[in-house]
Amino acid sequence: MIVEIGHYALVLALALALMQTILPFWGARAHDAQLMGLARPLATTQFLFVALSYAALTYAHVVSDFSLANVVENSHSAKPMIYKISGVWGNHEGSMMLWALILTLCGAAMAYFSRAIPARLLADAVSVQGLLSVSFLLFILLTSNPFARLSPAPLEGADLNPILQDPGLAIHPPLLYLGYVGFSITFSFAAAALIGGRIDAAFARYIRPWTLAAWCFLTLGIAMGSYWAYYTLGWGGFWFWDPVENASLLPWLAGTALLHSAAVMEKREALKIWTIFLAILAFSMSLLGTFLVRSGVLTSVHAFASDPQRGMFILGILVLFIGGSLFLFMLRAPALSQGGLFAPVSREGALVVNNLLLTAACAAVFVGTLYPLALEAWNGGKISVGAPFFNLTFGPLFAPLIILMPLGQLLAWKRGDLLGAAQRLFFAAGCGAGGMLVFAALHGAPVVSVIGAGAAVYLIVGSFVEVFGRIFPAGLRAPQHALARARGLPLSSWGSAFAHAGLGVTLLGLAASGWGVEKIVSMKAGEAYDVGPYQLQVVEMTSQQGPNYKEATAHMTIKRNGSIIANIEPSKRFFFTRRMATSQAGIETLNFGQIYVSIAEQNADGSLDARLYWKPLVALIWLGALVMAFGGGLSLSDRRLRVGFARRAVKASSGKASAATSNAS
Amino acid sequence: MRIKMLAALAFLILRLAGPAFLILPAAPAWAVQPDELLADPKLEQRARNISGELRCLVCQNQSIDDSEASLAKDLRVLVREHLKAGESDPEIKSFLVARYGDFILLKPPFKLDTLLLWLSPFAVLALGSAAVLTLSRQRRTEKAAAPLSEAESAKLKQLLAETDPTTKA
Repeated sequence: MIVEIGHYALVLALALALMQTILPFWGARAHDAQLMGLARPLATTQFLFVALSYAALTYAHVVSDFSLANVVENSHSAKPMIYKISGVWGNHEGSMMLWALILTLCGAAMAYFSRAIPARLLADAVSVQGLLSVSFLLFILLTSNPFARLSPAPLEGADLNPILQDPGLAIHPPLLYLGYVGFSITFSFAAAALIGGRIDAAFARYIRPWTLAAWCFLTLGIAMGSYWAYYTLGWGGFWFWDPVENASLLPWLAGTALLHSAAVMEKREALKIWTIFLAILAFSMSLLGTFLVRSGVLTSVHAFASDPQRGMFILGILVLFIGGSLFLFMLRAPALSQGGLFAPVSREGALVVNNLLLTAACAAVFVGTLYPLALEAWNGGKISVGAPFFNLTFGPLFAPLIILMPLGQLLAWKRGDLLGAAQRLFFAAGCGAGGMLVFAALHGAPVVSVIGAGAAVYLIVGSFVEVFGRIFPAGLRAPQHALARARGLPLSSWGSAFAHAGLGVTLLGLAASGWGVEKIVSMKAGEAYDVGPYQLQVVEMTSQQGPNYKEATAHMTIKRNGSIIANIEPSKRFFFTRRMATSQAGIETLNFGQIYVSIAEQNADGSLDARLYWKPLVALIWLGALVMAFGGGLSLSDRRLRVGFARRAVKASSGKASAATSNAS
Repeated sequence: MRIKMLAALAFLILRLAGPAFLILPAAPAWAVQPDELLADPKLEQRARNISGELRCLVCQNQSIDDSEASLAKDLRVLVREHLKAGESDPEIKSFLVARYGDFILLKPPFKLDTLLLWLSPFAVLALGSAAVLTLSRQRRTEKAAAPLSEAESAKLKQLLAETDPTTKA
């Protein structure tokens, strides 16, 4: 019964989505405030119905209702509870449900938190969001229904893919989807602005919080996915330029470009056309990613489904939204006036360069991901595009950004002083050079790592030069009121400093991977192996029983200069139901570096084939992403940049002023 | 594909060792194994570098260096045999391309088929820069209007004198 309620709620949500598409849009055309006002309750109720439906599906998974095909295929009664709950989105149907849940959540959020946005723009935007809901709810109901029953119901399920039975499953997809789908809000506003035909600096202010929030979630989601791959796949790789990873990197690059061009639009009313285009591009890349993953056009770990019917449906959605929005763009863009002028050397100019480089880097990833598919369709030619290609194209396009980031922050709006900005970076550059010397002395070759680490130090220090200059306007010798000034600085300034520095932290971790140590050995019990500055030793092998697997664990010790500093326990798990093995790497973090051990089965002579790694500073790769998201969060919480804040402030102060005058009279 | 390989591995383990899969006699499939390594560290490093650029043909986007597939193992051993025979890196790669086609190279060769692939990112940058430059030049010329000619300024003076009653000529 609960399952049927869930199914029915989904159909009701579809009906509400249809109303949400038509009524507010009609209201905006007919200047009917009541119809436009329906946007809010419709979006909110729709979200509630999808949430109800999602809860029903989760309930079926939790109680192991094996009359549902979706539960049978992806669950098992002995599966731990956390994977019964997170396993809901660990399959095609469920993950589309999560997509729809977050999409309607975004719709409700934008309808609810946008009281300061002009009614017609909001009505159109909510309509576009409604159309997105209609498409995806139809997709679920017609091609990927998670509520399909089985009769007779089997007694036991096929269990969840063991690779997915990991805490990462509970965190990575929701974060990633919040990022992916979060860009739908920006997209809907862009489409609405194009429909309405009025686009000014305020538009950039409307989309700012949504873009930032989506960007933060996407950053965290990508980082989490990368760390998950790092510790499960068993050889310590964290980024493989896999099409599925690229699918998440594309909206990130477009979204990063959007954040920066929207800043120009907000402050100077320039780059309007470009900002609208990026808003469309960012979500188009999200849709493309969904198509690549969900259609099964690429068969990889992440692609659970390979069903052409689904592929064609998503392709239809893709064509409708990307094609439709680009068509609107073509109609409207030429009529948009150009905004404020600026000299080539200025904050705006630097942000234009940032956008050029990010877009080109995005193009490199896009072409590299889709070219093999396109070529095969074109003339049957089969080629592979892997890491070496991306290193050669993405690398050189992204690298100049690292040098330019602190520089751009120091240039003034309209007309900047390049020499002055460069002089202010003297200290940061000195730190970078010093860093290179230190790293070269400590670790030596490869040269790429030394240069990369130096650049990272320069970026981290350089990111804070701007805020430092504002806290100590007269230099360190006159530190009066520095604390008050630091507190008075807009949070968005702190935010961009931290976000930029976060990229530097990640870069440092990436550069340090060149100094890693790898040993592939047959370990004998009691024998010590040197791995970087540490020694590893196998103590014993044990085997134990998990809830739905059997596990063989190697107990090892990590020693430094003869004394034990940590224990590490890599293991292999064997899952009964799917008859599959997974490897659980043993990881010990030591000063931001990690000892990483993965094991194979024990040999006949009792020795153990193992891969031993010392990865210096590797944790910084993901910590950097955390710092980036923290910066984004700081910027997001800057009240001054919220829509309507200025208006409320003016109202408050004019209220005080009028009270004062009335008192005086 | 990785899942399939793991499944095959699990199947093999079960077949050979039954429940006591820990004491498996035969080495299971696993990315670079200890017995594959070459004694000469320089040669071994070259083998790793080459392997990193070769695609595991039965996997999704994995190099043979990372792959657990048995075909990847065969290729790793093959690369090492050719290295021991004293062949250069390009020789080994062209041998493998002759055998398996360009598909095996993770870095696609630069030729007619891949022209667009290699050039388009940089073309985007070049075209974008060109567009920005022309646009900004256009706008600058728009802004800086030509100064008035002598006749025009005379006429302007005259017009101002006519319309403005406070200015007496």
